[in-house]
Amino acid sequence: MAEVLLEAAGVVKRFAGVLALDGVSLQLGGGEVHGLVGENGAGKSTLIKILTGVHQPDEGEVRHLGRPVRFATPLEAQQAGISTIYQEINLVPLLSVARNLFLGHEPLNRLGLIDSARLHRQAREVLGRYGLDIDVTRELRTLGVGTQQMVAIVRALTTGEARVVIMDEPTSALEPREVDTLFRVVDQLRGEGVALLYVSHRLDELYRICQRITVLRDGRMVHTGPIAELPRLKLVATMLGRDLTDVRERGLTQLEGGHVAAAAPVLTAEHLTRLHVLDDVSLTVRPGEVVGLAGLLGAGRSETLRAIAGADPLDAGGVSVGGTRVRGGSTKAAIAAGIALLPEDRKAEGIIPNLSIRDNIVLAALPRLSRAGLVSDRRADELVATFMKRLQIKASGPDQKVGELSGGNQQKVLLARWLCMEPRVLLLDEPTRGIDVGAKAEVQALVDELAEQGLGVVLVSSDLEEVVEGADRVVVLRDGAVSGTVEGDDITEDRVLALLATEGGGRDG
Amino acid sequence: MSAVAVEVDTAGVARRERAAAFFQRNGALVVLVLVVVAGALAFPSFATGVNLRNIAVQVSFLALIALGMTFVIISGGIDLSVGSVYALGGVLAAWASQFGLLAALALPLAVCGAIGLLNGVLIARGRLAPFIVTLATLLGARGLLLALTDEGAETFLVRDQPAFTFLGQGSLLTLGVPVIIALLAYGLGWLGLNRTRFGQAVFAVGGSEDAAVLMGLPVTRVKVWVYVLSGLLAGLAGALNAARLSSGVTILGVGLELDAIAAVILGGTLLSGGAGSLLGTLTGVLLLGVIQNLINQVGTLNSNFQSVVSGLFLVVVVVVQAWLSRTQRR
Repeated sequence: MAEVLLEAAGVVKRFAGVLALDGVSLQLGGGEVHGLVGENGAGKSTLIKILTGVHQPDEGEVRHLGRPVRFATPLEAQQAGISTIYQEINLVPLLSVARNLFLGHEPLNRLGLIDSARLHRQAREVLGRYGLDIDVTRELRTLGVGTQQMVAIVRALTTGEARVVIMDEPTSALEPREVDTLFRVVDQLRGEGVALLYVSHRLDELYRICQRITVLRDGRMVHTGPIAELPRLKLVATMLGRDLTDVRERGLTQLEGGHVAAAAPVLTAEHLTRLHVLDDVSLTVRPGEVVGLAGLLGAGRSETLRAIAGADPLDAGGVSVGGTRVRGGSTKAAIAAGIALLPEDRKAEGIIPNLSIRDNIVLAALPRLSRAGLVSDRRADELVATFMKRLQIKASGPDQKVGELSGGNQQKVLLARWLCMEPRVLLLDEPTRGIDVGAKAEVQALVDELAEQGLGVVLVSSDLEEVVEGADRVVVLRDGAVSGTVEGDDITEDRVLALLATEGGGRDG
Repeated sequence: MSAVAVEVDTAGVARRERAAAFFQRNGALVVLVLVVVAGALAFPSFATGVNLRNIAVQVSFLALIALGMTFVIISGGIDLSVGSVYALGGVLAAWASQFGLLAALALPLAVCGAIGLLNGVLIARGRLAPFIVTLATLLGARGLLLALTDEGAETFLVRDQPAFTFLGQGSLLTLGVPVIIALLAYGLGWLGLNRTRFGQAVFAVGGSEDAAVLMGLPVTRVKVWVYVLSGLLAGLAGALNAARLSSGVTILGVGLELDAIAAVILGGTLLSGGAGSLLGTLTGVLLLGVIQNLINQVGTLNSNFQSVVSGLFLVVVVVVQAWLSRTQRR
């Protein structure tokens, strides 16, 4: 391996007692692109933040050019030649390209004033060095996301004299053409002896540009080595913590496959397309059917659900419920058509912790419960009592604050809220994340029961086992497109893993 | 097929965007020209040299305050304390004038600059909301003023200080001295905002503070300095006005911060920060001054209507700006 420029050695980081990184070591060599992969919560961001001085390690150390260092701020890391390109573009949208490139380092004339002519000339020069032809006088926000990102990268390279460049999912918003430009720049940097850490969940890209790869899972480093020695399928299995040859049957999950599925589809989503996010995703769900959506982080699972629920606008495609077309881009229309979405982040998008169980449940159903604008308390009470019993919500009573409940019971309250609306289709995004094993089994049993009662269910879960065992059909997404479907007895972790890891097939291929 | 449609559309959009951007930056100027032309046609006494010079002197104090306010607002903040600080500066200058010109300028600048520093430190270091902090110093400065003047009962007069009163009452090359000082301040302010690293950092902090931090810009220092600048300019304006009136008047400057904010917004500076221009602010100040003068010309109209008319203008401009920035974003 080439000279190690930056290295993490046995880094441990805890947040409020929770172990985010558990003895992670990573070496970045000059002239090398090092891939870093892992599912949500694996610790990638934390590791980057420790390398760049945003966080300090609790144990272990960061070594720069062989010497232990402690960067107190991102600025110190930057001054040491470590630049980070973040997922979101950290430039000033209202300033021109040239000003953004040299902000804080503007060329000055003899009077100490900014030399505008030189500023623009130098801006054109540095962009040209990386083969970029951009009008440097334009306001940054008027450029495409990809071009903005190039400006951010060039800025990082020119202002810091960067020797180490960390890229956090740089291609998530880029066009294929822009990705090519980025990779050209990456290659050029590698040729100049720069060490690159490349975080991405796009396997094609990793195999295209990386020489080494490190896999994190649950805060631990589970693999590191040359990427050539790690086949695609093995990489995915390592990331998800699955043993390929021996898929264990633990019987922990309670979801049962095999519901009656002969009726006409209750939900038909056709050709859902949204630039950079979804690429021609089609999906049908029959009453009583649980359709699992599998995919790696960023494959477009949540985005598909959000698109069906009208939460995000679509560039093309549409959704029908029971054969009737639903007006796109409107959650109101989707709800009226009988589509209910339980979002992934129930704290931010769902429950209102300071309100009672009762208020949380009837919130969405208020219009249905009211006459002439007045809510009938009696009817609301009946409804709440029914659902608390049916979903077995464990609480001191309907007036207990939802914030005081356990994660599983919070999830049930949310579910009750939507069931009040008598939906025909239930979209569940990570319904069992963050809740304990017992409650997990209960929620899973509930989903099963609801499907039996004739609801169409779409289930997204990072827990592969939950999807495999609970779904009647699994649609596998990759880079925002459907990469395959498995049905019935074919649903095994191996089959799904294989589809997750397929080459190409996504956008542009 | 769709590609062609998109192309045609973008051309239209681009034209609309350019028009929108032009109005956003120069809308106040267009309105000012229209109002001046209308005023000149309607009132023979409006477009006279004397009247225009009067307007210029009258607006120069607000102009200085709005200059500081522009820096503050571009940085993403707000300074509500300037009206009180202006009045305090005037009283301090009038009192200190007994010790000579230097004292009459140094005392108000020192005190008002210190108030700005307090604002800046609390906002930038203490991470408190600018609205709350400067509301507190608005009350504090007004209280200090009333305490110094025995609840406004005592008025400090400027006696036998020709050098000091010249700053408010004199004229050079037919222009009032306050006008010249204001113009100089705008020239320096323009250089500072557009041609120095500090000025660029002001834009960056207001445009995206997170980005500015990650780029390693001195965000805290920039934020502190814009409030110091605002305090200093308000104090200077107060001192000049005391020189003009030969006394420190305690009841001045109530609500002046709102006039200054109005002028800045009329001039096309975004209240959310990150974009704006001093030329726009100057135009906004002139617009407010001209409207007031025209209402005075009508004579029969209650002068309180000036606020109504200025308010209407502000609403129209802000509505148009909001509408335009929506078309621009699309």
